[in-house]
Amino acid sequence: MSDVVEKTLSALPSLLSLDSQAGPGKLSSSSKLGNLIKGITELTSKHEEEKLIKKELASLKEQVASPNTTMRQMKEIMVRAIYCEMLGYQASFSYIHAIKLAQQGSVLEKRVGYLAVSLFLKETDEFLLLLVNTVLKDLQSTNLIEVCMALTVVSQMFPKDMIPAILPVVEEKLTHPKEIIRRKAVLALYKFYLIAPNQVQHIHSKFRKALCDKDPGVMTASLHIYLQLIKESPESYKDLTGSMVTILRQVVGGKLPLDFNYHSVPAPWLQIQLLRILAYLGKEDQGTSEVMYDVLEESLRRAEMNHNITYAILYECVKTIYTVHPKSQLLEKAAECIGNFVLSPKINLKYLGLKALTYVVQQDANLALPHQITIIECLDHSDVIIKRETLELLFRITNAQNVTVIVEKMLEFLRLTSDDYSTIDLVGKVAELAEKYAPDNVWFIQTMNSVFSLGGDVMQPDIPNNFLRLLAEGVDSVEDRQLRLFAVDSYVSLLQGETAKLPQRFLQVISWVLGEYSYLREEDSDPGSVMRLLARLLDQRHTSTETRSWVLGAMTKLCSSPVSVALARDVCERYSGSLNTVLRQRAQELMILSQDTKLRASVLPAEGRLESLEVDSSLSFLDGYVSEALAAGAAPYKSPHQRQEELVQEKALSLEPYGLSLPVSLSSCSITDRLTDRQSPTLLSMSSGLSGNSTELSHKEGSTALKLDGVKRVWGKDGYLAQQQSAGETPIPQVELPSPLLSPQSPPSQTQKPSSGPEPDQEKRQLASSLFVGLGSHNSVCLMGRAEPAPRHFRRKPRGESSSGASEGSSDSSHSSRSAAVDNLLLSNLLDTTTVASEGGAATTTLQQTSQRTLDHTTSNGSPHVEGTEQRVEAGGPLSLIRGNGMVAVVPPTHTRTDPQTQPDLHPAPALERPRDLPLTSHLPAELSGLARSELTTLCSDHDPSLALSACRVYKEDALVLLVFISNNTDSTLHQMALQLTCKELEISCISGSPLKEVKGHSVSVCLHTVVMKRASVQVELAGLLSYQRPLGQPQAAQFSLSLSLKHFLRPLTVSTGDYGKMWLSFSHDLKQNLRLVTTEHQEPLTATLDALKGKLHLHIVDVIGSEGIVACRLLQGQGQGQPCLLHCRVHADSLAVWLRSPVPELPDSLLYHCQKALTET
Amino acid sequence: MQFMLLFSRQGKLRLQKWYVPLSDKERKKISRDLVQTILARKPKMCSFLEWRDLKIVYKRYASLYFCCAVEDQDNELITLEIIHRYVELLDKYFGSVCELDIIFNFEKAYFILDEFLLGGEAQETSKKNVLKAIEQADLLQEVRLHTDP
Repeated sequence: MSDVVEKTLSALPSLLSLDSQAGPGKLSSSSKLGNLIKGITELTSKHEEEKLIKKELASLKEQVASPNTTMRQMKEIMVRAIYCEMLGYQASFSYIHAIKLAQQGSVLEKRVGYLAVSLFLKETDEFLLLLVNTVLKDLQSTNLIEVCMALTVVSQMFPKDMIPAILPVVEEKLTHPKEIIRRKAVLALYKFYLIAPNQVQHIHSKFRKALCDKDPGVMTASLHIYLQLIKESPESYKDLTGSMVTILRQVVGGKLPLDFNYHSVPAPWLQIQLLRILAYLGKEDQGTSEVMYDVLEESLRRAEMNHNITYAILYECVKTIYTVHPKSQLLEKAAECIGNFVLSPKINLKYLGLKALTYVVQQDANLALPHQITIIECLDHSDVIIKRETLELLFRITNAQNVTVIVEKMLEFLRLTSDDYSTIDLVGKVAELAEKYAPDNVWFIQTMNSVFSLGGDVMQPDIPNNFLRLLAEGVDSVEDRQLRLFAVDSYVSLLQGETAKLPQRFLQVISWVLGEYSYLREEDSDPGSVMRLLARLLDQRHTSTETRSWVLGAMTKLCSSPVSVALARDVCERYSGSLNTVLRQRAQELMILSQDTKLRASVLPAEGRLESLEVDSSLSFLDGYVSEALAAGAAPYKSPHQRQEELVQEKALSLEPYGLSLPVSLSSCSITDRLTDRQSPTLLSMSSGLSGNSTELSHKEGSTALKLDGVKRVWGKDGYLAQQQSAGETPIPQVELPSPLLSPQSPPSQTQKPSSGPEPDQEKRQLASSLFVGLGSHNSVCLMGRAEPAPRHFRRKPRGESSSGASEGSSDSSHSSRSAAVDNLLLSNLLDTTTVASEGGAATTTLQQTSQRTLDHTTSNGSPHVEGTEQRVEAGGPLSLIRGNGMVAVVPPTHTRTDPQTQPDLHPAPALERPRDLPLTSHLPAELSGLARSELTTLCSDHDPSLALSACRVYKEDALVLLVFISNNTDSTLHQMALQLTCKELEISCISGSPLKEVKGHSVSVCLHTVVMKRASVQVELAGLLSYQRPLGQPQAAQFSLSLSLKHFLRPLTVSTGDYGKMWLSFSHDLKQNLRLVTTEHQEPLTATLDALKGKLHLHIVDVIGSEGIVACRLLQGQGQGQPCLLHCRVHADSLAVWLRSPVPELPDSLLYHCQKALTET
Repeated sequence: MQFMLLFSRQGKLRLQKWYVPLSDKERKKISRDLVQTILARKPKMCSFLEWRDLKIVYKRYASLYFCCAVEDQDNELITLEIIHRYVELLDKYFGSVCELDIIFNFEKAYFILDEFLLGGEAQETSKKNVLKAIEQADLLQEVRLHTDP
């Protein structure tokens, strides 16, 4: 403890319990509050206290309700109410009176009123709306104290929607002659910025004025805003670097008034704030960093006094130095500083030193080497916080050589801790290390056993999932078999012992592994033994229902031998009558499968166990069904969360009549509208006196302005701005990210050999050498000869699908034939009569003359891969080509897998080589040639070799232009040409000048159609019919179909952020979903994801602020107009939370589908 | 800063100031659990805690514990000094402050806190200025008390 604190402590008199000697004059013990407090201290039990407070509250309630209570008494009552609330009793009856007191009382009473309000209410409380007028009045008061009070309450909590009402007055205060008012106004604006950044955007220039204020207090206050702004977008404020450096230099040089000194250190708060700002500015920016090196060095140098406050500055300085572009000289000093912290006898400094070390070893693990002995001492520290932080440090320096020691230390800690939070965290870390660096099978399985026993049922569910996946994946090598076999053996011996202590999750893992891999040990043991163990587990009382169903599942896989079948029958009898439906079903399955060996072999093939299942989590195989249902008028799916929200917001409507400026009928209109046109009786009854007809009418007119105003009032509260707020409050800790640039610059002096500490005892030295092995210079690693990487198969597969590693690829290929076989097994009966599902941008040719077809479904959108049996072998080549241009070709069996573009030599009609992309594009009309267009798709080429049809989409700003190229490959002219395109979801109009009549020999004709969507849908099928006549021939016709997806009709919508905000509030149909983030090396995940969406779906990125981005697009609909759809994207954990809004009900749903698809493809 | 709690060695809450919107239930749960955790710690232990997902800085002054929850990137040591400065302010205002002063005049303690921290950020670190502001407001109180019988 520092000297000054010591002094203060001694200055504080004996602050013991409540013998009331100290300053009785101030205690006002005769007051009612004094009596209450005294009364409470005399009580002996919680029960008595409860009784007393209840009585007190009842009397308070009576008094506040009485009309005779003066404001002065009210003030006293409020103080007592605050006290009761602090003790944990609710005094909600007094809230409204607190507001009244703030409103009507004299200055002093007001002060208590405001205090009570700020303690009782929260930002979200509806009561706060009642305060707005009072605040406004006080802000304009001539009494400084009243203005101060109003500004104080405003900066603590203010309803977001009401900010515009007081914003101009607060803004005015920025030029107030009194610095205290200016300072509070700046802080109030800071608060507004946090909860509603859009609303204070226009006053950014005034912030700059505050930054230049002659009063250092106001300037300091403005730094809060700048810290936030710079954190969100450092790029826009680089020009401030010079000013910040100058300010810091002046502060450090002691140029500020002495008032700002704290224990003779000049303005430490200001210094730390500036250092934090500099860290954001200089991060990954060499130029900017160079400007600040000098002042950072000076800060380090000046902060040498032995006091907490200087340590605070030093610590911040070190953090900044390690965040900005590295400079070796500074890094050396910072490392020295960290060393002093770590070695300090003061426990707080030691903790921070460890923390800083944890942060810097990610950049250079060698920095830990000089502190080995201290670290080992900290491992056994009596303070659990220090221990925990040390483990965190060790976790960062783990490698293949020290993993066993470090994991052992972590498990030791886990065995002693009872705190769920650290258990969850540490268990995850141990699992991660085990998967990454496990030296051998035995160790891995044993460590995972400890993880499961210790992590119990609180650990993250992905730990057992990853473990099982790791066991199941991998090629079927000897090593994998050994791993599995060892797992099985270890579980069998566990089950033979006492199982009551094992967590349910662990038992589930055990059941699954035994079910899958028991056969590996089958040779050397009696076949029923595992079954018997499982049956015993099943009967134990502590086994949960969920675990039982896992056990039954495992038994189903195992019941091959007669002994097992008998056992299974026994079990079935008991569980087929279970009250739990899942258990009953499992028991039934077991019963049937154990009796029918053949069926069992086909359902649970022994070979199929190793195959990796392809799970289509987007359920895209249901797309066709969904779009049909949607087209048939079904309501789009709403997630439970969304439904919940709607319910809540409906409630909000009835609870919030205040401030609702619209007649009831309008707002109820909007509700009906929201619920996708369905008018439930309850809703109609809510719309007081509004007939169903008029609802209908207003909806049909699409009178946006009218009904959307209603929506705004009702929905505004939790609208777009709410998102912003929450993001503002939980910012991503960007400072913590390590800069990879730093590692090579580590000072060479620190790459020392292990165990160079000052005479540690033998044990510690040994521990040190085992902990820090592999960290030193390369030489030591080579000498020890243990630098081999961890076994490959222990490596955890990347969590997301983002980067499918090489191992995944290889396992896929090795299983592909097997999985195909299973697919075929399942689908063979379906394939007899084939129907073709199709996907975005794909063209399917349906030919009149082909009756029997085979089916080929590409997987470019992640839909299940289904192949026709007879095509399986040669599927590779043509498929890849088909994927390339995104079309599905249906080939008659007569041509064996031919495609005109790849295998012309096999094709019977060489003329067909002609329809290439290049010559056809030369037929593009000049006015379309500059526009973005799709690849050419062959529509139907092979029913008549002399005629080729191709299509191409050109994305015009106001429409989609569909071009159909008709190539005549014969010498003769085609007559009576007529092209008809039909689709009920699309509006199609022909724009090629004159209707097509004939196509001369060896020439190409182009038909142009503009296409727009009538209503949003995921994708539509366009049917086409081309009729023509050859000279001296019968009239012929070629049918084709072409599917167009929503994304072809999307165009960017360029709006400003402000307009976006307005539109957002006015749209009624919304949808929320989490999407996966795209990760690339060069970009932030958010930018990368948004760019991917932009590229694929023609969206416009309006703005990106911090972890949020707003995106807008419009859907071409009707003539020259579009329907907007807005997306609000926020990075949340590992996913992107997307919130879509549009005035059209179907649009968010369909667009979301495409976003999902676009991101899966990336 | 997310919140500040003052509690006695017996675990009685003496002051609570929340800068983040939380429901009553959450507040009660956090303060109950946190008070227990801190009281269980020995005097020579570290003043910083990583407690659940919060970063806690606490310090004991005689029989009173001062405890703050701060943001992840906040500086722990300076938070400790915020607590210390608050204690200094109370000490100066009450003249050798003791727990009883805070119990019986908790509204004053709140006023001082509001003048020192605004919306969770240090607004005025000069001791003189904070007390001047408080005294001005108090002065009004005195005057008012004398004129109003």
